[in-house]
Amino acid sequence: MGSDEQFDAIVVGAGPGGTSAALTMARAGLSVVLFERAERPGQKNVMGGVMYGRMLADVVPDSWPEAPIERVVTDERVWMTTPDSAVTLGQRHVPHAASADPPNAFTVLRVPFDAWFAAQAEAAGVLLVPGTTVVDLIQEQGRVVGVRTGREDGDLRASLVVIADGANSFLVQKAGLSRPLEATEMALVVKEIVALPAGTIEERFNLEPGHGATIEVYGSVTRGMAGYGFVYTNRESLSVGIGALIAHFARTRITPWDLLEGFKTHPLVAPLLRGGEVREYLGHAIPEGGFRAMPRLYGDGVLVVGDAAMMVNNLHREGSNLAMAAGRMAGETAIQAKRAGDWSARTLSTYRDLLEASFVLQDLRKYERLPELAERRPELLELYPAILNEAVQEMLTVDGTSKREKQRRILRRVLARRPWWQLLHDAIDGWRAMR
Amino acid sequence: MKIEEKLYTLHWKHDKQSHISITRADTCLDRCGGEWKRPCTTFCPANVYAWDGEKIAVSFENCIECTTCVLGCPYRNIDWRLPRGGFGIEWQNG
Repeated sequence: MGSDEQFDAIVVGAGPGGTSAALTMARAGLSVVLFERAERPGQKNVMGGVMYGRMLADVVPDSWPEAPIERVVTDERVWMTTPDSAVTLGQRHVPHAASADPPNAFTVLRVPFDAWFAAQAEAAGVLLVPGTTVVDLIQEQGRVVGVRTGREDGDLRASLVVIADGANSFLVQKAGLSRPLEATEMALVVKEIVALPAGTIEERFNLEPGHGATIEVYGSVTRGMAGYGFVYTNRESLSVGIGALIAHFARTRITPWDLLEGFKTHPLVAPLLRGGEVREYLGHAIPEGGFRAMPRLYGDGVLVVGDAAMMVNNLHREGSNLAMAAGRMAGETAIQAKRAGDWSARTLSTYRDLLEASFVLQDLRKYERLPELAERRPELLELYPAILNEAVQEMLTVDGTSKREKQRRILRRVLARRPWWQLLHDAIDGWRAMR
Repeated sequence: MKIEEKLYTLHWKHDKQSHISITRADTCLDRCGGEWKRPCTTFCPANVYAWDGEKIAVSFENCIECTTCVLGCPYRNIDWRLPRGGFGIEWQNG
């Protein structure tokens, strides 16, 4: 690759964010190179497994129906656990059969999905360069003017570099767009792909063929660390995983595989997995710091999208959809910059404006206090599910005690575990973090 | 299921050269041994780091590239770099 060639844009990383950006630009006629360090896009990428249709269809309005999805999510559950019980909550719906709109949520496996998505970008004219690690940015007078790859003669220049290299981005650091991250701002999630026949999955989860369920599991399963477990249904497998803040793993010395094994043997989880065969064990970092840990999103000749920009809304398990929306907006910003012939931070600041006007930054801002609360007081994630389980179990146990007496009993027990002023304090903190 | 069995489900394209190195061995021995008890030996999901009595032994070929160690080492003493293009973990499902 000759360094005298000049492209409009280089995108680093063929995940949902980078591919969305590359595709959006190429479709408008910009010349785009998309670098990916895996031999095939997807082979380095991991997530829990839920993706959202709206943001995908915004990027590929014609081809989204061919995306390799696993199951359309029709049943979403939340469990608040103690070691031997759970209070459960959920919502189930029947999808409209003839709808031309994409499904709200669906499960995916990232290896096939990302490969398909990158192929859409190639079809739009993007030059995909796989098997290539970008090791540094080329900067001149405070401007990003290209990238340095690990290949011989591997420098390439462009008017714009879109950083989409994922969680714990090295390039964001090299561009000077962020302070170093803390161990409290990133989680480690481990998961397994557990193979089961489609029919068994549909019976166990009470699903129609092709439909899927998601379960998020809070409480005792994370053993006092800030995090949660999950079980998502794929076509012929389950994605079963659990994560917690890296700082909490370091402090507690709980190993990730012990945490996962404990989760899999929880009395409510184990029956779902019975007879399943573990096909793959995976692990990845997930941004948890939220709004306050975000880097600067643009500079002269550079934009940052997706996990690299900490665009994850953990409470709602959203991430890939934020990345796709941000990637599209980065692409739209680049189209304007090309038209104006100006790739300076002043023009590229449009990207930030678009994000501010969208759910991406509005949602991240809404929950900006939440990461700190979870990091500082992870014990609340164990305490409140326990209190809730005790209270519900008390009310459901028919033992001749009057219901009014049971209410008194519950209140006494709650106050014994946590004085009223602390309960009030928790409620205010919780409200402020989520309102 | 033991960690060894979990890792047995994985595929890598192994590089000859390591992408991980410990910056200062004495930090692991003295400071981290006293204050933190070397948490890399427990938080790494691929069991890359082991204490051999004198230093941290790095099984870089087990690495699944999660980058936990970059932030998790209390002394930022692990020099972890992206594997060369095409090398390292190759997820089958993701």
